Amino acid sequence: MASTALIVIIVTAFWGVIGIILPFVVPKRPDRGIIQTMLVLTAVCCYSFWMCTFIMQLNPLFGPVLHTDVIKAIQWEWDGVDS
Amino acid sequence: MGSLFRSEEMCLAQLFLQSEAAYSCVAELGELGLVQFRDLNPDVNAFQRKFVNEVRRCDEMERKLRFLEKEIHRAEISILDTGENPDAPAPREMIDLEACFEKLENEMKEVNTNQEALKRNFLELTELKHILRKTQNFFDEAGFHHQQMHDADREEESHTLLGDEGPRIGQAMRLGFVAGVIQRERIPAFEQMLWRVCRGNVFLRQTEIETPLEDPSTNDQVHKSVFIIFFQGDQLKTRVKKICEGFRATLYPCPETQAERREMAIGVMTRIEDLQAVLGQTEEHRQRVLSSAAKNVRVWFIKVGKLKAIYHTLNLFNLDVTQKCLIAECWCPVQDLDKIQMALRRGTERSGSSVPSILNRMDTTEAPPTFNKTNKFTEVFQGIVDAYGVANYREVNPAPYAIITFPFLFSVMFGDLGHGFIMFLFGLWMVLFEKKLIKLAQDDIFGMFYGGRYIIMLMGLFSMYSGFIYNDIFSKSLNIFGSAWNVSKMEWYNTTKFPPNEPMKTILDQDGLLQLDAAKCYRGTPYPFGIDPIWQISDNKLNFLNSLKMKISIIFGISQMTLGIVLSLFNHSYFKNRLNIYCEFVPQLIFLMSIFGYLVLMIFIKWFAFDAVSGKIAPSLINTLIDMFMFQAPQLKLYGGQVGIQSLLVIIAVITVPWMLFVKPFILRNEHNKRFQLAIKYRDVRMLRNGGLGDETAEVMHHDELQRQDSASSEDMMDQQTRSEPEFDFAEIFTHQAIHTIEFVLGCISHTASYLRLWALSLAHAELSEVLWDMVLGIGLTMENGFGFAIIWAGFAVWAVISVAVLIIMEGLSAFLHTLRLHWVEFQSKFFIGEGYAFKPFTFEFDTSREME
Repeated sequence: MASTALIVIIVTAFWGVIGIILPFVVPKRPDRGIIQTMLVLTAVCCYSFWMCTFIMQLNPLFGPVLHTDVIKAIQWEWDGVDS
Repeated sequence: MGSLFRSEEMCLAQLFLQSEAAYSCVAELGELGLVQFRDLNPDVNAFQRKFVNEVRRCDEMERKLRFLEKEIHRAEISILDTGENPDAPAPREMIDLEACFEKLENEMKEVNTNQEALKRNFLELTELKHILRKTQNFFDEAGFHHQQMHDADREEESHTLLGDEGPRIGQAMRLGFVAGVIQRERIPAFEQMLWRVCRGNVFLRQTEIETPLEDPSTNDQVHKSVFIIFFQGDQLKTRVKKICEGFRATLYPCPETQAERREMAIGVMTRIEDLQAVLGQTEEHRQRVLSSAAKNVRVWFIKVGKLKAIYHTLNLFNLDVTQKCLIAECWCPVQDLDKIQMALRRGTERSGSSVPSILNRMDTTEAPPTFNKTNKFTEVFQGIVDAYGVANYREVNPAPYAIITFPFLFSVMFGDLGHGFIMFLFGLWMVLFEKKLIKLAQDDIFGMFYGGRYIIMLMGLFSMYSGFIYNDIFSKSLNIFGSAWNVSKMEWYNTTKFPPNEPMKTILDQDGLLQLDAAKCYRGTPYPFGIDPIWQISDNKLNFLNSLKMKISIIFGISQMTLGIVLSLFNHSYFKNRLNIYCEFVPQLIFLMSIFGYLVLMIFIKWFAFDAVSGKIAPSLINTLIDMFMFQAPQLKLYGGQVGIQSLLVIIAVITVPWMLFVKPFILRNEHNKRFQLAIKYRDVRMLRNGGLGDETAEVMHHDELQRQDSASSEDMMDQQTRSEPEFDFAEIFTHQAIHTIEFVLGCISHTASYLRLWALSLAHAELSEVLWDMVLGIGLTMENGFGFAIIWAGFAVWAVISVAVLIIMEGLSAFLHTLRLHWVEFQSKFFIGEGYAFKPFTFEFDTSREME
């Protein structure tokens, strides 16, 4: 749970900087409005995209169906089990 | 460049230009490119306008320039393009230019005529030379034939051929002959005609000329043949000559004796050499003239183009009564009025006139053009919006949002890190090498890609991000952070295929599919960024991905539509349409939120509230939605008190429909009736006072009583009412509102479903990508012997070509099109009207960048 919170905080902070803080920092030029709109929209879209994917995987309702070969490969490659 | 939120504020301005200064002022305004002139003489024929002579002279100059350009191309001299943009020439320069072009044209024409005559001469001499060479054979043959004939019949009519070598046998009846040259293709027909006409009494011999000769008028190489026709008598001679004329064969005088022919041949050779020398010099002279012209041709084109444009514009102006001043009307952006003033001042100074030019703002009720100030980055997005329809004046502009939402929705449909990277590189290359590529961009297809270089770059960038989220790079997944699923945590697998409590080792040695238990194997924290890599290698990947992508599509769709409705609020409040806010914006928002906003909420609730253990009793959202509308209690509960809340939401949604449908027309009718009553009341009062019916409309307009009762707005409404709105058609307004309501309500549902294309295309792309990998590269990679190396090597080429052609270009275009549709229909129908007309300023820009025709 702690790591979930950590991940959420990091990503939210990242997009929060882009979407909330950066628009204030944009220098005064004629197309300031455009740049602010672009920053906010990018942050909103990308953050919500990540957030939906994250939340959906938070409480999975079913697990992946794997072939036995694949399971053995996973054990070999990812978990380092010799078999 | 201003903010693109709304189109720029425009004003109608009157310009008073002194006649001498008018030309320079218009030239300056053309360089500035910020005013759109109106035609003040629309009913004047083009030939009766004031500056028609100047325009004609410009046309003449252009014609001469085009002639010069054609000659330069024909001589294959390259035209110098320094990229400089010369100013519009002063009127007095026009005469110099005209003289210069006239001189050049005459010179070129002279040179061309001379050259043609020389070439014709040359051709004749060459043909004569060939004739002289070939006819020797003919005479010999004819002599031989004649001898045979003479031997054969020994008749009086034996004819002998003239020639010193040929034996003179018997009496000679002189045979006439003509020699000439004819095109090779015409020979069969020529022979046939001769045979028929002369009844076989002529004798034709022909032989081909090996080298093709150049036709002086068309400069083509033509194959010709030498022929000689022998006949007897004058009648035949005339007939033969006529036939030769008909077939355009050129006849040459050929001397009869061998010696004469030899002399003539020598003479011809010397003349040919002389002619060749002269031709060479003529050609050199021509090249020199054209080279010196080629240096300036481009600049001249631009100058003449600007000249013509200025005079066309001056034709739109009105001449003042005093004949000294030109009046122009133009639309210009309010923000740039001082720039325009400065341009006018510069123009007046340049022309040396003392009277300053005046710019006078006018008030008008006409709809101004829509002007959006774009730079090279934003102009492509504005172009996409304008392609559907130009925004109304001062309407909210969808373009600034499209800058991001367009590439983003594209990326949802295209999400692949690898393909996105390639697209991004392509866009980046075009952006970084903008200046160099602009020459290539005149071509149609590459020109389209070049015009969209920024959007391609953004689409690639966002596709890389969504490829990251979908965890898809060329159909493979990356495991950067470690999967959230631990395979080894399963102690036993409860499947029907294997007996329970079987040790895992033995199970794994057999072939089969096993499902991980979400309660045991999931570590509690999801994969930090994107979709877990274990799904790519699992069999039920699509079950999971489909659910995710469909829900994401709905969420993004509802969000974009909500944004559209909120933008309509900005429109209503800017145009001071409070009625619309309460009768359209509010019910629309409530309707959308109460049904589809609730759906989005339910999606999130289901994501949070249910996990693997309680997943068995998780309700299906579609069934829940259906039950909601049928006021039935759902079979599986999402949260407590669901039935009551859902019923309330449905009732609210249903109430908004008549709200949207009825309220506005009836309020408008009431307002109209009130105004009408007021008008009648005051007209009656006037009647009583003045004792008769005056001009009713005039009376109503000049009332004073109304001013103390209502604010000026009602007076305006009254004026408009009686001036521009003669009747209030309730049926029409009601129908209009009904259509609007139905369009919105049905549109909500259909547009929401339409957003599911985000899921559909993304699925198609992923599947295509996977099939391509498995069928092409996969075969080589999974081969166990060394032959796999060759297969991989060849397969990579196939895989790369199909990846680029099908997956990037075709799928890219397809996703682009669908994103376009989503923006144009689903997003913009919520707030965009798009019945304006674009601002077309008077500018010289297109002149300098166009390629010469």
